[in-house]
Amino acid sequence: MSMNTVGRPTRPEAPSQTGDVNDYVHPTLTGARGLLQDEALIFELNAWDKTGVDLPDAPPADDLGDLVRKDPIGLPGLSEPEAVRHYVRLSQKNHAIDLALYPLGSCTMKHNPRLNEKMARLPGFSDIHPLQPQSTVQGAIELMDRLAHWLKTLTGMPAVALSPKAGAHGELCGLLAIRAAHEANGQGHRKTVLAPTSAHGTNPATAAFCGYTVVEIAQTDDGRVDLADLEAKLGDHVAAIMVTNPNTCGLFERDVVEIARLTHAAGAYFYCDGANFNAIVGRVRPGDLGVDAMHINLHKTFSTPHGGGGPGAGPVVLSAALAPFAPTPWVVSHEHTFKLVEEAKGPAAQAFGRMSAFHGQMGMFVRAYAYMLSHGADGLRQVAEDAVLNANYIKARLGDLMSPAFPNGPCMHEALFDDAWLEGTGVTTLDFAKAMIDEGFHPMTMYFPLVVHGAMLIEPTETESKQELDRFVTALRALAGAAKGGDVDRFKGAPYHAPLKRLDETQAARKPRLRWKPVAAAPLAAE
Amino acid sequence: MPRKFFMRYLPLTPEDRADMLGVIGAESIDELFVDVPAVARRKDPVDLPFHAGELEVEREMLGLSRRNRSASEGPFFVGAGAYRHHVPASVDHIIQRSEFLTSYTPYQPEIAQGTLQVLFEFQTQVAALTGMEVANASLYDGSTATAEAVMMATRVTRRSKAVLSGGVHPHYVGTVETLAHAAGVATERLAPAIDAEDAVIAAIDADTACVVVQTPNVFGTATDVSKIAAAAQAAGALLVVVTTEAVSYGLLKSPGEMGADVVVAEGQSIGNGLSFGGPYVGLFACKEKYVRQAPGRLCGETVDAEGRRGFVLTLSTREQHIRRDKATSNICTNSGLCALAFSIHMSLLGEKGLRRLALVNHQKALKLRDALAAVPGVQVLTPRFFNEFAIKVPGVAAELVETLAANGVIAGVPFSRLDPAAGLDDVLLVAATETTPDSDIAFFAKALTKVLDQ
Amino acid sequence: MKFTKDHEWVEVAGDLATVGITAYAAEQLGDVVFVETPDVGKTVKQGEALAVVESVKAASDVYAPVSGEVVEANGELSDSPETVNALPETGGWFAKIKLSNPGELDALMDRDAYEAFLGTL
Repeated sequence: MSMNTVGRPTRPEAPSQTGDVNDYVHPTLTGARGLLQDEALIFELNAWDKTGVDLPDAPPADDLGDLVRKDPIGLPGLSEPEAVRHYVRLSQKNHAIDLALYPLGSCTMKHNPRLNEKMARLPGFSDIHPLQPQSTVQGAIELMDRLAHWLKTLTGMPAVALSPKAGAHGELCGLLAIRAAHEANGQGHRKTVLAPTSAHGTNPATAAFCGYTVVEIAQTDDGRVDLADLEAKLGDHVAAIMVTNPNTCGLFERDVVEIARLTHAAGAYFYCDGANFNAIVGRVRPGDLGVDAMHINLHKTFSTPHGGGGPGAGPVVLSAALAPFAPTPWVVSHEHTFKLVEEAKGPAAQAFGRMSAFHGQMGMFVRAYAYMLSHGADGLRQVAEDAVLNANYIKARLGDLMSPAFPNGPCMHEALFDDAWLEGTGVTTLDFAKAMIDEGFHPMTMYFPLVVHGAMLIEPTETESKQELDRFVTALRALAGAAKGGDVDRFKGAPYHAPLKRLDETQAARKPRLRWKPVAAAPLAAE
Repeated sequence: MPRKFFMRYLPLTPEDRADMLGVIGAESIDELFVDVPAVARRKDPVDLPFHAGELEVEREMLGLSRRNRSASEGPFFVGAGAYRHHVPASVDHIIQRSEFLTSYTPYQPEIAQGTLQVLFEFQTQVAALTGMEVANASLYDGSTATAEAVMMATRVTRRSKAVLSGGVHPHYVGTVETLAHAAGVATERLAPAIDAEDAVIAAIDADTACVVVQTPNVFGTATDVSKIAAAAQAAGALLVVVTTEAVSYGLLKSPGEMGADVVVAEGQSIGNGLSFGGPYVGLFACKEKYVRQAPGRLCGETVDAEGRRGFVLTLSTREQHIRRDKATSNICTNSGLCALAFSIHMSLLGEKGLRRLALVNHQKALKLRDALAAVPGVQVLTPRFFNEFAIKVPGVAAELVETLAANGVIAGVPFSRLDPAAGLDDVLLVAATETTPDSDIAFFAKALTKVLDQ
Repeated sequence: MKFTKDHEWVEVAGDLATVGITAYAAEQLGDVVFVETPDVGKTVKQGEALAVVESVKAASDVYAPVSGEVVEANGELSDSPETVNALPETGGWFAKIKLSNPGELDALMDRDAYEAFLGTL
């Protein structure tokens, strides 16, 4: 017989010293860990005199004299293979919805359909200029008009301002419309905005920015606006209330109709923070609840990608009372001809101003509209139902081990727990969150809303399958068991398996290093 | 019983839904919506079309997109705050990677180092380009960044008036006025002027928190703002410099070099398409001593528990989620993915590529100037420019633009569209970039000659 | 040394009051990363915002426990905010105020009363 004796071994071998591979854990020599590369900054790649873009030669700009920049700028240039590798390596250090459940409460991390990306890249949307003649962009303006129609129909509101660029920008737009309406009606003396203690931080920040004094409304034991307290604080000095519904505790404001009635009776407007519209879209129209203005985060309810922190889009629907004060530009149509009203005159004479240059986040409008067409009126309703179903399922399956902040009655699209169940374990909400990272899940929203001690706000969204939810529940139940069983080290040192261990935020804040700086004698760009 | 409903983005089956309701202990989905007041419970879907497959959606979207004339379809000379540049294919590929596209703000730094390192590199690139000490992780766009800069100047100086030059883009002026007036800050805007950024000096008084100038300005004029910086600072005010064409930093002296206190810019030109006005990316840079008054997110370097270098969002106590009604700004997001696109494109260009790109742009604009100056009746108004300038045309520029569009040329922006009250109805803003072929320039000049001759 | 319910302390020598935050407050804030001290010459009323203290997780106003004119601010805190954690009731002082109404001191708590107050939180 002829034998090949030089082949490779076909079974794993244990290290000879210990006999157990788990005893042989050591830092690697390069800082890499298998697929995970240790990646330098682009400024450390000695790429000062290169470029990854081929361009023709051009003569010097002699006509500009002293205006021409002479000193080195300090920008490295990478060839395409180097650049692609740099960013692919970095990308692998990020968690993403596409990887696993990302249950950040109030952030709505749902699947981002790729069709929407494809549509946004059609040259007829991506390669048109906001200031080219309107006759050459009729399809784009019509898309804005159709998006507006869907938003108005879904909310039961008569008008929408499309231009705000994010939720907080939408809040600003809504409050400025309210302020303009009060001023037009001789009510400019109203300088107070009421907001619940549980409000998102942008609400008081926006109100204060507009010169309003923020007064907090108390919350009842079951996590809703305290009507008696609201009534006591309403008056001739109140310009508006800002209430999130469903609220930041993941609960529907049962008394919302009465809240609106009391607010209107006091001569104030009802600003609804629509961050959680995804829980009710297609089932409840905010216009039927008495809302005067509400922003809609297209990056939440209508699934435009979060992109690592923006860009978002925050159109604001407005009641008839506020509509005349909407900022320019807006769309009008006449017999299949579409026009952007850009000047504050004629029908826009009362517009309070302009939120930004141009017309808003068109790239997000295209994606959101494609999302709406895909789901349709029936699918959007199913979105709300499945989002609420998934959240209640989580609450039901974890409620015996963890402590729901509001155990009675259903939640909406997110389940809120406090940290009472961790008492005496030595494990904090933060520790628990970091241990979830080791198990492959992004942590939930922590320590928000502020009204619940050690808050853990879990929003699964409707795009999670039952299998993934069960996987998540199994992991959390195991972790909860470990916490209660005294396995404190598992939590205090977590995450153990992430690209980095916990980071020193104190050092970052005390001695801020906000940019790379060349160390002495490092080469800078030539010439 | 749950309805039988299948849709490609919704993983739950009717059987799943029934099982889950059982676990929850609810008879039907309606029980979970019990807190909704009866008057607002809708039994049926709203009056809109039902769900549609990819093919149908794509068909409808294509139909809309085809009714737009894209910049690539023919001669195109539009600028005025958004510019058509070539974006390398790898940029769009990388920003569509799941880990960048479908992640959130990096609140958990251990599993967001990819986004955070990019932001740190972005901040360094922006600081270098603008010639400033520090930059933030981006704002919505150039116009809102300008408004934020004005608000920051009022916090730093504890004064409450901003002076804006006649060269600042009218949309930026409108945005600043809206936000400033909301916050009780007064603004004084000088009359639109092609070459008079220096005129802000005479308007500085003891209440002035900042002067805002633009270079290249909305008419394309490039200005050395050193004198304005000295005058503003001598009066205790800050100089805010606006740039709407970031590629110009590759050729022109940086605002920092000329003494700016704050630099804000539209970063769309690098890495980001025109996209009918958004999403874009606002650049914000300032002197280090003002950083605790700066708006928006900041990424900083630190170490992890084992001493390895890492990055975190820092100085976040300035922000709304902690300071609430005392925050420096109500901003919650930045423009993350657009900042990533900017940073990738910038990394590909490098200093060498950026300088060359800027020179090519300038050269194209000079060619366009020569071609249009030769057209009878046309007068070039802008004395010194980067890749954009203003011309005076016989008659009404807005009408001329429509006529030229009908002749296949997207000719530029009539100034009257930006500022109808300025009385500059015969002024047209035109731009050229590396994407403008010489033949398109010749075609434009020929078409203009023909139209004016009629 | 006298104390307020907002966890400021004040130590008086003649008509000069040194002001800071208590060890309890420093502990609750966590790692202090930045202190914004008042400008010298500023006049404050009792209960008005005097300074800002920031930790990684929170930014808090420090209220003036007494009325008067700020005559000195602790410049060291800008470079070493950690002093507030290390020596909250000595080297981590924020400002010195020239008293305009010494009678205000009577209403403040002494250490025993403050300790008792902390016991109720």
